[in-house]
Amino acid sequence: MVPPDAGGGLMRGDLLSDPVEGLDEALAVVDAFDEALVAGLLRPGPAQAAGVSGLAGAVAGTPLAARVAEAAEKAAAGTGGEDHFVALAAARSALLGSVHDALVQRIDEAVGRPVEGDETAGPEPLAAAPEEAANLLAAARSWLCDLARGGWRGLDHELVAGAAPVVAAMLPEPGMRRRAALLDGFAAELAASCPGATLERVPVRRWADLWSRALLLTVPGSAGAGAVGTVTGRLLPLGVDVQEHATAVQAQVHAVLEPAGGGAPRLVRASVSAPKPDTVVGAGLWQLLRPRMSLLGAVGEGRSAEVEAMPVTAEGDLLWDDALARTGEPADAFATARVMLSAATAARVEPLDRHPVRIAVPVLLEGYAAREGEDGLAFEVAGRLLAVDTDRMPAAGPLTPEAVAASHACVGLLRWDAGKFLLQPLAVETTVRKKTVAVHAGAWAGGTSDKAGVRAEKAATDAVAVLRERAGRLLRT
Amino acid sequence: MGVGALSVWEKSSTARVTAPARPRKLAKVPFVELADGRLQGVVSSGSDIGRVYVSSVAARTYAFACSTNNNRPCGGARGMFCKHIQALVAEAVLQYGAERVARYLAVEPPDGEPTAQSITGAMSAERPEKGDASAAAQVFSRFLRQLAYLEREPVTAPLPEMQWFPPTRAVA
Repeated sequence: MVPPDAGGGLMRGDLLSDPVEGLDEALAVVDAFDEALVAGLLRPGPAQAAGVSGLAGAVAGTPLAARVAEAAEKAAAGTGGEDHFVALAAARSALLGSVHDALVQRIDEAVGRPVEGDETAGPEPLAAAPEEAANLLAAARSWLCDLARGGWRGLDHELVAGAAPVVAAMLPEPGMRRRAALLDGFAAELAASCPGATLERVPVRRWADLWSRALLLTVPGSAGAGAVGTVTGRLLPLGVDVQEHATAVQAQVHAVLEPAGGGAPRLVRASVSAPKPDTVVGAGLWQLLRPRMSLLGAVGEGRSAEVEAMPVTAEGDLLWDDALARTGEPADAFATARVMLSAATAARVEPLDRHPVRIAVPVLLEGYAAREGEDGLAFEVAGRLLAVDTDRMPAAGPLTPEAVAASHACVGLLRWDAGKFLLQPLAVETTVRKKTVAVHAGAWAGGTSDKAGVRAEKAATDAVAVLRERAGRLLRT
Repeated sequence: MGVGALSVWEKSSTARVTAPARPRKLAKVPFVELADGRLQGVVSSGSDIGRVYVSSVAARTYAFACSTNNNRPCGGARGMFCKHIQALVAEAVLQYGAERVARYLAVEPPDGEPTAQSITGAMSAERPEKGDASAAAQVFSRFLRQLAYLEREPVTAPLPEMQWFPPTRAVA
């Protein structure tokens, strides 16, 4: 059995299922505003006006109060301008930021992990980067405000198509990738849902999230995530998290950094992302990303990496450069988790970026019982059920829901969505013929000799070859 | 006040709205989409490697169009679906699943489970009209735009908003 003070393994499951004070009230305000966006703010009825005003009421005691009150009044009267919509998005974001903070505090208690110099070394105020094309941001903002006026029920192809030229102009500029990836994914979803009038159901919170996030990112300087320093030491990977929409993919390696010369280990991430055609899927995602980040190869082989003077952001994101890294000794993610996870400090999310969707806390679980229920798989931890989100595990990898259900140890990301905590498995340990075997979601990140994996790699290589051939012939004409 | 009125899916920040494309071979039909009320896409010419056809079928009316990327009408698409449109339907079924294609086009194949063949058959049986090919330029430019995505370098600065786009193992 696991001794009571073992590594990061012990999590107080009871804390994760207890109610968080104030959460329901904050989310009710968000929901009411989000429902106003369903019908749109062009001619708001009493319900929409109430939803908008509720937002102003919720931030009445904050520095946002005056601006949001004015914005709510205008928007409720159907005369909201672009700055008013930005103010409303900011208020909604502040509310969800507070939800984020409450949830993170609860996780800190449950996991019992030290926090990196909390709030003390806040980043300097964001300065508008001069290279940010102001006209592109203005175009994005204008499109987003049109969306809000029409509402999700007012979606049509013409309206949605307004995003395409903005995205096309943003993509060549690496500093605009963040906005481009968001707008492109959002617009594709909206396009697939046209016309809004006949939609069976609307993803109310999701689209309001994406809308307000995108709108805030039209404020110059809002997408700064520059380096605040560098790190040197040994990087011990815990696992890979993949995110994708039709035309973009990102892989994030979660790892523990052991600083050279001692000091507390730190939780860090290394990310790599790329735009993609919608037909590049599965193993094709790894193929796109692999050449840009050698760390994916190291993770696939179960190795550590040595980094030297690698730039790092305030949020603990390494700005990866292959020239500053080399592949190191073999490193077992479970050993890393057992030995180091509970002592590793985690950086805080920047205030502007705080939202429950950003919660992705690496944890180790052992000694649970897997339960298959109506709502899918759950782990029974300390007498409480923690839902397991197997849907998030990438298809191009050996980790399957069946392997997770049969596991006895799991390294995963603790997340929160739609009112509950979830565990996203990154790797599990199972017993095969009396031997413990680890299966990693990101095992194919660097390539694979697995039979199914080789087939997937081949199919993806062929698909990209065809597209490149077509591009070579057609893009020049 | 609508509290508790929203379902779990409606309250989810990561609700899956569209299913990812299923892998398929791209040689014949490098681009397919269900958009603008049409099944449309780009079909490579069987005889000329420098030529492609932009083909489409409208939902409900099944009005069809097929022309080359240089705006010449396809000789085969006169009174009925040409082979390019047939290939387009077949590949769309591979990419999105027959059910989703049938639903989008508002086709109800006579005998239950839709297939590429039964969808094409059911539409042909309605003797659809030839539609206008004016959208071809837009479809072709969307295809080129996606091809251009391959030319973009990957970046290692984090994209925090991708957290809203988790993968899904569910298929279309």
